Amino acid sequence: MIRLTGIARTFLVGGEEVHALCAVNLAITRGEYLSIMGPSGSGKSTLLNIIGLLDRPNAGTYELDQRDVTALTDDELARVRREKIGFVFQFFHLVPRLTAVQNIELPMVLAGIDPAERRQRLARLLGEYSLEERANHRPDQLSGGQCQRVAIARAMAMGPTVILADEPTGNLDRHTGQEVLSVLERVHHNGGTVVIVTHDPEIGARSHRRLRMLDGAIVSDEKG
Amino acid sequence: MRYADFVSFTYASLRAQRLRTALTALGIAVGIAAVILLTSIGEGLHRFVIAEFTQFGTNIISVTPGRVQTHGASLGAVNTVRPLSIDDALALRRAPYVQLSDPVVQGNAEVVHSGKSRRVTLYGVGPDFARALKMRVASGEFLPPDDPRSARAFVVLGSKVARELFGGDNPLGSRIRAGGERYRVVGVMQAKGQVLGFDLDDTVYIPVGRALEMFNRESLQEIHVVYEPTAPLAEVEAGIKRVLIARHGAEDFTVTPQQKMLDVFGTVLDAITFAVAAIGGISLVVGGVGILTILTIGVAERTSEIGLLRAVGSTRRGILLLFLGEAALLAVLGGTAGLLLGWGAALALHLVLPALPVHTPWSYAVLAELVALAVGLAAGVLPARRAALLDPLEALRSE
Repeated sequence: MIRLTGIARTFLVGGEEVHALCAVNLAITRGEYLSIMGPSGSGKSTLLNIIGLLDRPNAGTYELDQRDVTALTDDELARVRREKIGFVFQFFHLVPRLTAVQNIELPMVLAGIDPAERRQRLARLLGEYSLEERANHRPDQLSGGQCQRVAIARAMAMGPTVILADEPTGNLDRHTGQEVLSVLERVHHNGGTVVIVTHDPEIGARSHRRLRMLDGAIVSDEKG
Repeated sequence: MRYADFVSFTYASLRAQRLRTALTALGIAVGIAAVILLTSIGEGLHRFVIAEFTQFGTNIISVTPGRVQTHGASLGAVNTVRPLSIDDALALRRAPYVQLSDPVVQGNAEVVHSGKSRRVTLYGVGPDFARALKMRVASGEFLPPDDPRSARAFVVLGSKVARELFGGDNPLGSRIRAGGERYRVVGVMQAKGQVLGFDLDDTVYIPVGRALEMFNRESLQEIHVVYEPTAPLAEVEAGIKRVLIARHGAEDFTVTPQQKMLDVFGTVLDAITFAVAAIGGISLVVGGVGILTILTIGVAERTSEIGLLRAVGSTRRGILLLFLGEAALLAVLGGTAGLLLGWGAALALHLVLPALPVHTPWSYAVLAELVALAVGLAAGVLPARRAALLDPLEALRSE
């Protein structure tokens, strides 16, 4: 479903080339629950951004759902992100002036989905992520855990191929982090593909496939 | 994105910053209000001046003695101007399309009746004067159609003169003295009010031949020529000139059609209206700078939101349109408020100063709204472009 071949990404920092990723090969199949771990600067976030089509590799090919997405135009990338990628960020990235339900609705609004269809999906998502009571609250009236649940519901709104979570618990206390993690695991149980970037070995241990990265390369890939 | 969603999303982001939105829109509102108010005054003035002139009808031509020249005559030049005579006026009736021609001479004279006297403007006119200038007689009749060269000594009083000399009594048939001669009152004019500073009610009308003798003048001051309303003006003018040149041997007179004067006034007044609209337009531009500033700040503050919108699938064009939409909506909100503000101010001005003519030309109002929209869009282009060109990844990191 996701196939990265020879992906390299270099940045120019102060006139010097920094190799954030060197020749990374990775295949992710549907329904996997995968964590990417590694120290800061190991390239795990860069890898996630490339999978999420927010960043482009300097070399290599990326196939998403049997389609080469390496050379798409900016607009095509936006469309693929909309249809196939669900992002969950460390800092939630909710639009502060919109209510919870409006934040969840946002990707569907941008995609121009029919309002009746949107209402149906929203009702389902609010139920699934236990947000009915907080639906009309704005982010500043929600707890961190609720914010992240809204963000996950938003990521799921378009029925994406993969959920990409970048330190989803990094901004939450332990208990709330566990709760958010179990929400992501429920997505996985329902057949979703989940990729989590994390520092926390405990979270990594709960996933079914663990990648370790170091200096822009995948150094271990354990399953089970 | 659907159209309705686009509008409500844009509206929601403006609503989120109410004070800021209100102040920015106010900038545009003040500009539009200034344009509306100033053009209302300009247009009111236009209508006022045109109305003052057209109350005498538009199909009228004034013939005056002497030729208007572009350079002054030198000292000692022989005066070759022949007077305009009553016969000239009668001859003009034979010119093509001419319906009426009426000789006019004007002066001041003292009118006396039973011990009361009053100094008034005295017009020596022909019997068609009232008809030519669309003036109405309140009681009695206007001067009868006598031969203008030997008319009977009748007088028609302006309404104010009649009131001052006779009070509530009926002046018809009474005798008064005007300029030392005895006249019989045959009519009283309807009140006409002031026209460009002249009180048309403080006047008396006597036959033109008698007035020329009273003032010891040879020449008429003016001949009013009324032509068929549908006649081609150029031919009417040419006909008048032909008749008078045949009589005078040279073009020593000036023909001024009312229509041409109106055209000149119209052009000048339109230019004034346009100029004041342009002055109002300057404040509109200042309002546009306000939109530019606020939107630039907005883009900087909402960088992270822009990153998110890009991550969940908005294209660069989508972002561009969102911010342009905000700019346009700001301008339209401000424009609508300004329209009401300017219109209200014009109405209030009219109530406070009824003498000041105010008229809101709707074409200018619509034009001002379109200009506001254009200013908003123009002001929005730079910030919207900046937002659209943000790299989604860097925008997301900006928090």
